[in-house]
Amino acid sequence: MNLVRLALRMLGREWRSGELGVLLLALTIAVAALTGVGFLVDRISAAVALQASEVLAADLRLGSPQPLSDSYFQHARAAGLASARSTTLVSVVFNGEASQLTSVAAVTAGYPLRGRLLVAGEAFARGAPAEGIPATGEVWPDSRLLAALGAHVGSELSIGATAFRVGRVLISKPDQGSTFAELAPSLIMNAADLAATQLVQPGSRVSYAGLFAGERSAVEAFKAWLVANKRPGERVRDITDASPQVRNAVDRAGRFLSLASLVSVLLCAIAVAMAARRYVSRHLDTVALLKTLGASRSFTLGVTLLQLVLLAILAAAVGALLGFVAQEWLLRTIRGLLALTELPGPTLAPVGVGFLTALAVLAGFALPPVLQLARVPALRVLRRDVGPPPPLVTLAFGPAVLVVLALVYWIVPEPRLFGYLTAGLTVFVLVLAAAGLLLVQLAGRLRHGVGVAWRFGVANLSRRRAESVVQLVAFGTGIMVLLLLAILRTDLNSDWQRTLPQDLPNYFFINIPPAARDEFVQFLQSQGARTTKVLPIIRGRLTAINGKPVEDPKSGRAAEEGFATREQNLTWSADLGADNRIVAGHWWTAADMGKPLVSLASEFQESLGVQVGDHLTFDIGGEPLEVTVASIRKVKWDTFQPNFFIVFVPGVLEKVAGTYMTSAYFTPGAGHSLAQLAHRFPSVSIFDIDELLTQVRGLLDKAALAVQSVFVFTLLAGLTVLLAAVQSSRDERRYESAMLRTLGASRATVVQGVLAEFTTLGALAGLLAALGASVGAYFLTTRWLELRYSFQGWPWAEGILGGALLVAAGGWIATRTVINQSPLKTLRS
Amino acid sequence: MNTKLMPSAQAPMVRDSVLKAENLSKEVISPEGSLTIVDDVSLEIVSGESVAITGPSGAGKSTLLALLAGLDSPTRGRVLLAGQDLTQLDEDGRARLRARRVGFVFQSFHLLPALTALENVMLPLELGGQPDARRIAAETLAGVGLAARTGHYPRQLSGGEQQRVAIARAFVTRPAVLFADEPTGNLDTATGSRVGELLFGLNAHEHTTLVLVTHDRQLAERCGRAVRMDSGRVL
Ligand SMILES: Nc1ncnc2c1ncn2[C@@H]1O[C@H](COP(=O)(O)OP(=O)(O)O)[C@@H](O)[C@H]1O
Ligand SMILES: [Mg+2]
Repeated sequence: MNLVRLALRMLGREWRSGELGVLLLALTIAVAALTGVGFLVDRISAAVALQASEVLAADLRLGSPQPLSDSYFQHARAAGLASARSTTLVSVVFNGEASQLTSVAAVTAGYPLRGRLLVAGEAFARGAPAEGIPATGEVWPDSRLLAALGAHVGSELSIGATAFRVGRVLISKPDQGSTFAELAPSLIMNAADLAATQLVQPGSRVSYAGLFAGERSAVEAFKAWLVANKRPGERVRDITDASPQVRNAVDRAGRFLSLASLVSVLLCAIAVAMAARRYVSRHLDTVALLKTLGASRSFTLGVTLLQLVLLAILAAAVGALLGFVAQEWLLRTIRGLLALTELPGPTLAPVGVGFLTALAVLAGFALPPVLQLARVPALRVLRRDVGPPPPLVTLAFGPAVLVVLALVYWIVPEPRLFGYLTAGLTVFVLVLAAAGLLLVQLAGRLRHGVGVAWRFGVANLSRRRAESVVQLVAFGTGIMVLLLLAILRTDLNSDWQRTLPQDLPNYFFINIPPAARDEFVQFLQSQGARTTKVLPIIRGRLTAINGKPVEDPKSGRAAEEGFATREQNLTWSADLGADNRIVAGHWWTAADMGKPLVSLASEFQESLGVQVGDHLTFDIGGEPLEVTVASIRKVKWDTFQPNFFIVFVPGVLEKVAGTYMTSAYFTPGAGHSLAQLAHRFPSVSIFDIDELLTQVRGLLDKAALAVQSVFVFTLLAGLTVLLAAVQSSRDERRYESAMLRTLGASRATVVQGVLAEFTTLGALAGLLAALGASVGAYFLTTRWLELRYSFQGWPWAEGILGGALLVAAGGWIATRTVINQSPLKTLRS
Repeated sequence: MNTKLMPSAQAPMVRDSVLKAENLSKEVISPEGSLTIVDDVSLEIVSGESVAITGPSGAGKSTLLALLAGLDSPTRGRVLLAGQDLTQLDEDGRARLRARRVGFVFQSFHLLPALTALENVMLPLELGGQPDARRIAAETLAGVGLAARTGHYPRQLSGGEQQRVAIARAFVTRPAVLFADEPTGNLDTATGSRVGELLFGLNAHEHTTLVLVTHDRQLAERCGRAVRMDSGRVL
């Protein structure tokens, strides 16, 4: 077709002459930023997920009270997934006369698929990764079990109908859980030996787990298949169902990363919008001339659109490649610093996403001005001041607004937050525009009081009224999103550092008899352990809500968690921990002491559907106790402090017989102390969460890596994008600087003028950006990341100084060649 | 109506009227209210004629030219170009007519900076779907004495050379009417007269009707007829 041929030919010609450089550059950088961040987010979230899946010992875990069908495992094998089984039951283990109720896990080869088994040669020693699983005829009991039974490596233990040799001591297994639900010590054995023990009998309580792991997309597909084909009563879990500590960290990292994507999209949009403006202003004459020479409107439109699409494709291809190379380089650099061993390979998805987003942004931000371009009248060839007729406001901004809204919603699909974000962004852009107008007006007044260069520069601001406002909005938004990201990154990292200090308690002690309480604490201290507060634990069961007896829920989360039926750990406390926040009702005051009041964790409250003011009846040691819900707490589980779903007011439970719990930090190699402790306080259950903490620390390290590297990348992308945006004013300056120099202004004066203009613009944009970022950060940290917000001063300094410096530097770089050009050459063309 | 300035209107129909304006007016809305920048102008130009439109700056010459060429639409009156009523055509219709019948030369040349001299000259042919655009354009460019400059970009050419490329571009479609708005306005006297030479040479040789707005007295005097304007009116 003639149109296509001519469009291609014109594009080729423009390409040769270097006319398309800036638009192509801006688009390419935008796509590179977008895909680069996309790649980073994709790969690092995969790494985070991999780490998080350690608590399941698999990517996917299928649990059931019934034996699992072989077909699941065949299907997994066909899908290329690794699989293993773990069968757990509670049984009594004997060492001669000594016996102990134990949680026995019989596992198949390959277990654990994620994470590692730590074993040692003696109880309470430091564990080393195990090779494989126990051989047949061998068991690996944990330290507590050995201590309780007075056994050691080499001892003979009988379990059910069989005798086993103790091969190693189990220090930790990845899926040991952290909710202290299982109070019994544990032991693992080879699944091949399970039948011989004859422990699995009709009616015995056994849980069966199928473990699956593999490449992400295969896991996703298998999960979907499993959910569709599993039998009732079987439950599929993946990292989204992992422990609350891990889930919180993964969620926050994921949220931050998606925000980073959003930031790069907005930056990309700014660059494209600015580049499109330049493209249009450079092509007004061309289109007018084509029309004068007889081209129809649809023809000129077709030519420009085709050119734009071709450019988009080229930019997308080059940009995606650049983005990939940049993130690969960045990850390789950072990986060394964090001693990160394995990082999942990239998938192709970010290329597609980057490409589509680039096209969407192009359609929203470049299409409207380009459509306008086709409307420029031929008359412009005779009258330079004739431009295209002004567009309808909805047509000019509608597509851009729609595209931004769609992208924001795609990245942040929570309606409330989406509302906040878009409203905030709208207000910010309006404030920027208003401030821009104000600046333009002020500049008009101020110029009399300053030197020649400043007068020229500042006068420029007010003369190029619309340009100045547009540039202010663009720079302001760009700097604002970068600052916002920087603030959130700091908040997130410092929160993570607060969360897991090095001396966090790594041992929990449960079932401390009230009589031995003080002696126990003294013993801990005498062993050099750092102790924490001691909390009472009362066992109780919820029997009625508002007088109505609770029945066993048949389904739903309450059933799975066993909230209503299982015995609950109750405690009482006068103070609300720092990691607890009241979301409804209020925490007790001195006057409330001794009244029948209770405070519930939000998870417990949600699953039961009760509200503040409802009455709950508990069965505590056979006695009913009715209490009123006084408050609902949001608990930050990832602090690894002892926390309870149900907390009573002091003065209610004191008379009930209970036990105490506490936690302590032991330096590595405290095995001897712990063995002694187990010997001296035989009823106390010891929980070693050192390995769990290592797991979570590893997770947070990866999340921090994600946040840091994505931030660095977004920052770099933002800077280049802002530079590309500054480039767009280049043409307008060429003529002007030539004029000034012809009129006798020195080169230095012209440069100073440009610097004055850009510095003013940058500083103001930075100031407003700091304001916007601080307000935005407040909302995002408190409402979205659910962290504490602390006001920070540095964004203001960085915003204003950085804005002024960057925009001035960008302006200078962009106009340098223009200013250096001989005035004669410019004026002649 | 000013009949004495239109001798050919009363002449027998030996030569066709190629361009005819009837009571043309153009009003624009300015901050100071409505402004009439072309005021009731009628004129007729026959094929092969050369007409100079002269007058002080701001007289409305460029506006009249734009109306005659169909680049702008009049507030009142009508224009017949090659027998077609421009006011009856839409924008695309006028563009099609221009493609076949009209050539333009401008004061500031209006070459596309991204295209070489040859490509600039080829453009109207390509727009019209002419198959051997390159050969015809090269010949035309040689005709204005720029055979050696075909591969040069506008910025590599002097002002006179650029205007010669523009003239080649205007003539390459063999248009019935060539409009020129101050074609020598940006050129020094010597270069300007060479460009004038070229225009009148082609006018004579190709029988192209020449309508040119100019301040250049020499150029105006070489035209068959001069139309003087002031304040939007033809004197
Ligand atoms: N669209 C318009 N709006 C306002 N004034 C216009 C417009 N078009 C032309 N003019 C004014 O009309 C007058 C005639 O313009 P023009 O035809 O360019 O004059 P000339 O070419 O004779 O110098 C000028 O004063 C010009 O400023
Ligand atoms: Mg004029």
